[in-house]
Amino acid sequence: MANGTAAAHVNDVDFYHYEGKHKGIMSWLLTTDHKRIGIMYLAAIVVFFLAAMMLGVLMRIEALTPGQTIMKPQTYNSIFTFHGVIMIFLFIIPAVPAVFGNFFLPIQLGAKDVSFPRLNLFSWYLYMAGGLIALLSLFTGGGAADTGWTFYVPYSIRSSANVSLSVFGAFVLGFSSIVTGLNFITTIHRMRAPGMSWFRMPLFAWALYATSWIQVLATPVIGITLFLIVLERAFGIGVFDPALGGDPLLYQHMFWIYSHPAVYIMILPAMGVVSEIIPTFAKKDIFGYKQIALSSLAIALIGYLVWGHHMFTSGMSDTSRVVFSLLTFLVAIPTGVKVFNWVATLYKGSIEIKVPLLFVMAFIFIFSIGGLTGLVQGALATDIHLTDTYFIVGHFHYVMFGGMGTIFFAALHYWFPKMFGKTYNEKVAIISATLFVIGFNMFYFTMFILGYLGMPRRYYDYLPQYQGLHVFSSIGAFIMVTGIVLMFGNLLRGLIKGEKATANPWGGTTLEWRIASPPPLENFDEIPVVTGGPYVHDRETYIMNPIKVIHKEEEAVH
Amino acid sequence: MDNPIINSVDNVFILIVSISVFFLLLVTVAMIYFVIRYRKKRNPQASNITGNTSLEVVWTVIPTVLVLIMFWYGWSGFQTMRNVPADAMVIKVTGRMWSWTFDYDNGKKSDTLLYVPFGKPIKMEIQSADVNHSFYIPAYRVKEDAIPGRTNYLWFQPTMMGEFDIMCAEYCGMNHSYMLGKLIVMKPEDFEVWKNTLPKPLDTLKSDSLRVGTIPKDSLRVDTVKTTKDTVKIMQVDPKIADSVGQRKIRRMKK
Ligand SMILES: [Cu+2]
Repeated sequence: MANGTAAAHVNDVDFYHYEGKHKGIMSWLLTTDHKRIGIMYLAAIVVFFLAAMMLGVLMRIEALTPGQTIMKPQTYNSIFTFHGVIMIFLFIIPAVPAVFGNFFLPIQLGAKDVSFPRLNLFSWYLYMAGGLIALLSLFTGGGAADTGWTFYVPYSIRSSANVSLSVFGAFVLGFSSIVTGLNFITTIHRMRAPGMSWFRMPLFAWALYATSWIQVLATPVIGITLFLIVLERAFGIGVFDPALGGDPLLYQHMFWIYSHPAVYIMILPAMGVVSEIIPTFAKKDIFGYKQIALSSLAIALIGYLVWGHHMFTSGMSDTSRVVFSLLTFLVAIPTGVKVFNWVATLYKGSIEIKVPLLFVMAFIFIFSIGGLTGLVQGALATDIHLTDTYFIVGHFHYVMFGGMGTIFFAALHYWFPKMFGKTYNEKVAIISATLFVIGFNMFYFTMFILGYLGMPRRYYDYLPQYQGLHVFSSIGAFIMVTGIVLMFGNLLRGLIKGEKATANPWGGTTLEWRIASPPPLENFDEIPVVTGGPYVHDRETYIMNPIKVIHKEEEAVH
Repeated sequence: MDNPIINSVDNVFILIVSISVFFLLLVTVAMIYFVIRYRKKRNPQASNITGNTSLEVVWTVIPTVLVLIMFWYGWSGFQTMRNVPADAMVIKVTGRMWSWTFDYDNGKKSDTLLYVPFGKPIKMEIQSADVNHSFYIPAYRVKEDAIPGRTNYLWFQPTMMGEFDIMCAEYCGMNHSYMLGKLIVMKPEDFEVWKNTLPKPLDTLKSDSLRVGTIPKDSLRVDTVKTTKDTVKIMQVDPKIADSVGQRKIRRMKK
């Protein structure tokens, strides 16, 4: 839209009310607007998340007593498999990039959309297709897969359950991830507004940039690996099956070559969100912008080389175990550095304590525990004892759910007024956040103790000595879930009945806060010009509508 | 009796956890203090601080040194775990869905129950007959996967008398959580008697008819191993064990 008047016309209404070629539901299903696509991802992702959460609740009920509580072992095994598959592939990996990345990346860069809007819609369809295929596998063939989300061979080859279809679902989801990654990389390279140099980009964009590279480079590996499982099951090609001369360890290597970097696909965007929220509420510039930006890249890079730490007891050579242990410790450094930078940003700020900041504080506490317990597992001697126990389960829930999940909630509360143009009840939000944090820590911290005492993971039944801790952990889970349900209820209420939000309720400094809530169809009437960093609070760093500004100046001169 | 593996695992754990607790407190206390001290009411105007190079160098270098120390201790403990003493007794363990079998060098076999003499280093050679399993004795802090087509190993020194849980730690299908066993550390003289008692049919209890090849419809081992409190049933089928170890131990397991 080079033509100023036409742009003004489409931007008269917000993107929800814009009447395009298609009406009603089709205006969503055929949209190429990055904001609508972001909202469609949000709807799907929240549904999948709540479903997988309920599976988790069933597991915690089963764990209340040794022996059978409410289900049979086969059911339990399928439930933890699908809890993992849904949470990893349908929630944690896409949540922040697909929802908030899609919605805010173009706006933060000062662009009207992503580079390839149609491809963007296509990746949403791939995502939905992958999800539906995984769902379909529950009810067809030999029934729900029971392999765990890791699909380890040879069990995944032998299992009579419908493993092939759920693996194929994950395969399709991989393409969605690759396409989104490509789109973001191109957008960041090509669509930045004039004056937005690399080091003037918001840190959220930096984090998405690092994430997208991992998505593009690592996801094909899991695609091939999962496809080989399907072939192995169908034709017995003998790549992984030891009975046919294959190697089960090869599978583990290939699986983790993707799935470890995937951990950083999950956490890097969340780190980006933290770097947005803290400066906004501290009312000051971020501490160590470059260090944070570059540590994202460092994490992405080293994160590629540590996959073997998932295999310290697999029988991999002792030399590899030592090398992978060393590399694992190195990746802890850029992560620690980020945490120090965030805390330092609060120093001498003028801090407004609002819900998104409270979630971020919870994140820093929880994620620190997750990261530090990772050190225990990076060390060889302790990992041998703790791997495949509840210690691991506790650790990765602290990092993934406590890290990415908490920040997903923070981002929802931070950007809610912008995305929907409505506000939510702050008091209820604080109560739900408090319940979440208390429940979370009761729930998962107990798992560290269970693990050190030798309780293995993926156990339907357990020895009686572990019951007390299991019950305590389950009570924590129920409190946490209460908090989450209350939180979504509150947001839903805000969506329907909330008061109208202003354009910049928090005093944010990035570009999304310079346009209306909710944003107009093309985000900006004119592409803005950027004259400074993203978190400058004490002076103006954008020229909005530069052409109009020039016209005005000319008029003043005449 | 000192146990090098348990010591090193627990010491590395304490070392890392202490450093971690320090950093967790540092970060959390600083964060809460800043949020209270510099809240808008008390500090209406933020200072514009965008970084501090020397501070950033310091908080990169110190953690680097600390993680290298952690790595070092983790590694040295690991070396203890991998260097099997020359006088170790070799026992072959085979995992299958969903039980453990132990083979001794004189041909003696045992199912589910791993008998070892007190004090003697034991090298376990770990194999799998079907899918991945993981041989895990939490009390002795050792674990290694059983992968079909390979022989992995671990060693430990039984420095505590009594019974200890053995568990499968790598998910292996429906009855993964019932793939349990017991490590029974005996007086060396009792062990010799047990080991040299010729294998009787009952020694391999409930033997192959129940397991081999067939995946049962429901929890297979419900009748033998439901939870450990039922392990006593396994013990009861072998009067030999009862004779050599003594009724006292059996009674203790019943509890
Ligand atoms: Cu097993």
